Amino acid sequence: MEQKPRSEKQAKGSEELKAGSEKQEAGNELSSCSPPPGKARTGVFVCHCGSNIAGLLDCEALAEYAAALPNVVYAKDNLYTCSASGIAQIQAAIREHGLTRVVVASCSPRTHMPLFKSACAEAGLNQYLFEMANIRDQCSWVHVQERDAARQKAMDLIRMAVAKAALLEPLEDIESSLVRKAMVLGAGVAGLSAASALADMGVEVLLVERETELGGLVRRLNRIGPSNEPAAEVLAMLLREVESASHVRLFPGTDLVGVSGVVGNYEISLKSKGGEETEETVGAIIVATGAVPFIPEGLFGFDGRKVITQIDLEERLRNGSPLEVKNIVMIQCVGARGPGRSYCSRICCLTAVKNALLIKSRDPNARVHILYRDIQMYGAENEKLLRDSRGAGVKFDIFDPAFPPVVKEGSVEFYQPLTGMTIETECDLAVLSTPLVAPEGSAATANLMRLPVDGNNFFMEAHAKLRPLDFATDGIFLAGTARFPATVREAVAQGLGAASRANTMLSKDRLVFSALVSYVTDRCDGCGLCLDVCPYHAITMEEFERDGRVFKKVRTDPILCKGCGVCEATCPKRGVLVHGFTPSQIRAQVDALLEALP
Amino acid sequence: MSEHFEPRIVAFLCNWCAYAGADLAGTARMQYPPNVRLIRIMCTGRMNHGFILKTFEAGADGVLVAG
Repeated sequence: MEQKPRSEKQAKGSEELKAGSEKQEAGNELSSCSPPPGKARTGVFVCHCGSNIAGLLDCEALAEYAAALPNVVYAKDNLYTCSASGIAQIQAAIREHGLTRVVVASCSPRTHMPLFKSACAEAGLNQYLFEMANIRDQCSWVHVQERDAARQKAMDLIRMAVAKAALLEPLEDIESSLVRKAMVLGAGVAGLSAASALADMGVEVLLVERETELGGLVRRLNRIGPSNEPAAEVLAMLLREVESASHVRLFPGTDLVGVSGVVGNYEISLKSKGGEETEETVGAIIVATGAVPFIPEGLFGFDGRKVITQIDLEERLRNGSPLEVKNIVMIQCVGARGPGRSYCSRICCLTAVKNALLIKSRDPNARVHILYRDIQMYGAENEKLLRDSRGAGVKFDIFDPAFPPVVKEGSVEFYQPLTGMTIETECDLAVLSTPLVAPEGSAATANLMRLPVDGNNFFMEAHAKLRPLDFATDGIFLAGTARFPATVREAVAQGLGAASRANTMLSKDRLVFSALVSYVTDRCDGCGLCLDVCPYHAITMEEFERDGRVFKKVRTDPILCKGCGVCEATCPKRGVLVHGFTPSQIRAQVDALLEALP
Repeated sequence: MSEHFEPRIVAFLCNWCAYAGADLAGTARMQYPPNVRLIRIMCTGRMNHGFILKTFEAGADGVLVAG
């Protein structure tokens, strides 16, 4: 992606960072870790955490121990360092003792680091001059039976943190501007819901749809389960909301052809079927590109007339014309849960039962027979639908995938595992329940935005449970069946959720990022080894001229960079390092630990 | 070496998984041998072989990289 500073401040900031760190790291070898102690004045605070730590460890003794460590000018134990009084003690000590480093020995930095960092900043100490020793979660809680060994470990952890703290450098958070606009890609129910919700929150929305007509798959549906609302009404309502919103610009019949930039400032290129091109900058992107029903060519005698799919049936029911058939057999899991497409599409059982009930309600004399492998009717309402359908006389039979039903002229033959018999049931219309699959081009769309897809080309969220609507890439979100088959209701909920996720970011005045990211040193000679390994594509190559000669050097984008340090590990010459985890800082921890060896 | 050899192990843990796992072990009060010292890094991709060898050279008996 293109590398350019989003704001003057950021450009300035990264230059300063670069200059500062080059000074710091120049000539720093892994083997010769001579800490350049700018006479660090370190304060250490040992937390009792009530009895969580003090129940096992003598925190007063630990503070005394810390007081004797190199660079430590002040050490104190507190009942709860994270309490208002604990924070006040840290801040007072920073002022009174002129502390230039603060170490808190307590719980995990994963939970409490931000609190202590901001406490330091409030007292005028750069927040990046703070370090933690985890003596609770990783010491007092896990060595309850071994008090002496735990004390030794706590001392080591504190000594390591103090050693690292001496090498910390002051850094500034990276800030960037953002554009309060979002692009929603796909105008199915998920995309429409997201666009309308964002517009309601005052965000300008570009709603981009590949088809010339908005609405996606729902345009082809009859009624929506389990509530049985007409799909056309649900869709019309969503379309009205979007079309009447002044903040939403519609781009029907338009493809996304280019994306560059980073969170807050994605530069997108659109191209309409008529060749009209649009360039825009948006702060966030919601991917709601949807899914399509699998077409079961060559399966169960599919012909689109007497052997059709559920979506064909929906279209026939939607027309309202009588089906003119008496015996309907539905076959579940066609093209799903087998070789090639192993997943369960989640919604086909609901669709089959919903349509079976509709047919029975139109014509109680119609006979509907559903052949299934497992019924997937999650949720209380769907279960009720299943019970109702049994009550209405819909017949259900399990089939064994090893002996699939055979569709014949006027009948379907299937093996009933419970009785061991082969049964022939009359059939004028066979309906195949096929899974939703990723539409053609979804892999290309994913590639365009460098987003991950699974083996079936569904987009992959950052975390299935903890971040289901986010991508790992900041500022890009996910909703609807582009993620995985979902009901209309679920797709709408995801659209609303993704809009909320996007707006948590878009509603800010500016974006703030951690400064613990990579930076390039003087030693970089532009070999480019780090370019390919960077998982965030945060590194680019730059050429520059000096004394009439052309040199190469890499450049890292501090916003794309997540500070993983893969570049640092790959670089053979310390040309690129990561703030807060430099070789000398980590080395200081190792040395501080092992210097106490007997 | 004393009769009871107690190895000194340096563990490099990924901030996002293994370090969080070590925290979780604490929350669950799972007990494990106290002769391991943990160093938090942002990703195990940050480790290279040189780092591991240097840690051994400095006197570690074992190096654990978890992530």
